Amino acid sequence: MLPRLAFITVAVGLLLGGCSPIQPWVKPYEREHFADPIMSFNRDPVSNVYFDHVFESREGARGATGTVGGGCGCN
Amino acid sequence: MQLSAEGRALRPDSGVRLNSFWRTLLMLCVCTAPVLGGVLPEDRADAMFHYYSGGDITVDGPSVLIRKKVGDNFSFSLDYYEDMISSASIDVKLSASPYKETRKQWSGGVEYLHGKSTYSAGVITSKEPDYKANTTYFSISQDMFGDLTTLTLGYRRGWDQIYRDIKNTDGQIINDPTFHERADHRGYSLSLSQILTRNTIASFNYELLTDQGYLANPYRKIRYSSPGQGEGFTLADQVYPDTRTSNAASLTLKHYLPWRAAVSGQYRFFRDTWGIVAHTVEVEYTQPWHNFTFDGSLRYYRQNAADFYSDLFPRADYQNFMARDRELATFHSFTIGFGGEYQFPHFAWAPWMSRSTFNVHYAHLMIDYADFRNALLADQYGAGNEPLYKLNANVLTAFFSIWY
Repeated sequence: MLPRLAFITVAVGLLLGGCSPIQPWVKPYEREHFADPIMSFNRDPVSNVYFDHVFESREGARGATGTVGGGCGCN
Repeated sequence: MQLSAEGRALRPDSGVRLNSFWRTLLMLCVCTAPVLGGVLPEDRADAMFHYYSGGDITVDGPSVLIRKKVGDNFSFSLDYYEDMISSASIDVKLSASPYKETRKQWSGGVEYLHGKSTYSAGVITSKEPDYKANTTYFSISQDMFGDLTTLTLGYRRGWDQIYRDIKNTDGQIINDPTFHERADHRGYSLSLSQILTRNTIASFNYELLTDQGYLANPYRKIRYSSPGQGEGFTLADQVYPDTRTSNAASLTLKHYLPWRAAVSGQYRFFRDTWGIVAHTVEVEYTQPWHNFTFDGSLRYYRQNAADFYSDLFPRADYQNFMARDRELATFHSFTIGFGGEYQFPHFAWAPWMSRSTFNVHYAHLMIDYADFRNALLADQYGAGNEPLYKLNANVLTAFFSIWY
């Protein structure tokens, strides 16, 4: 019963969201700073992937870096 | 490991079926989801040289990435990456022979923009003499709530083939005909970026990764105590579990300062079924100045050892799983990084080029192991009493980038 109720709540939320979209609290004309390359999360993709690869090869932790890497035998 | 469904008989043809209630709700959700959107990546090309030196390992090589839009809806990317490895690391000296090899990696991807949704897919293939890996990935990205929020769901799948190199009677290096293993990987990711204020943006990333197959390094060995024999220890093959599942979640905040500069902070939590728990904290500062942009970063990482890791096992066959890979040891590390970018003035002879830069990024990595000892000094200190190992490495990238 509970999962069905939760699903109905989410579905109704989406339905209402489709009727009256949330008003953005940061207007488009207030976002000029996000157009500046220094605010990018991935300004240099080639270099970022490389540094992630260097860390991943030497550490037990992996993932959640926002980049996709291929496999290798680089222990 | 095989899982069985207890107390619930599954018919071969049962599958997952939705009743009319779920089907109706699902249809309503799909059909009434607000039409929202995204942006394709910029047309850009990068040519990079990378260099790593530390622990008697040198890895360098080129990398080239090209991105190009086709029409208003498609963007294609092609990437070539090469590692030229020369290794005489502490592990190699202990249980193998110094070697040189080259790893080549190709990847290709496509992004399709439809309304405010972006669909991405690609393949990555990597080849080295004793390791072949193929990876495919797919993701869907959606801008929402007046483009303040971007949600991305991703899936990746990898198939690896692992070989072991040996020297034949003629001294040539060949794949050991008795050794050929496989490993499969699956990854599920969720990424949410959110504009919080006119100066601050946040990014949350979660990734679940699962592996199945041969997950050890075939060249590395465990050591177990054998007093009175040789240096007081004996080497033996590592035995890893055949499966691994890991969860990682990170939160990054980036803030535009009152002057033209940006500061960011990131925390990542990691946990896996091998008992490793890791924390990563990183801060970064970016400061433009005339045609230059400078970056400085500090990264701290720490982890505890895997449940089946030991630097020196008490005896042979001590437990079912045994490893001595230092990536599974207890350690912490600091990385200090600097970067500089120079933006060239517009070239009159290349009107098609909108922007071009030259970049250098350097990082110094310092790892202090808490339970991985320098076994090469066992004859001097005795097995199990050697100094703890430390790794210092220098990492460098230098690259040209052009936008067109």
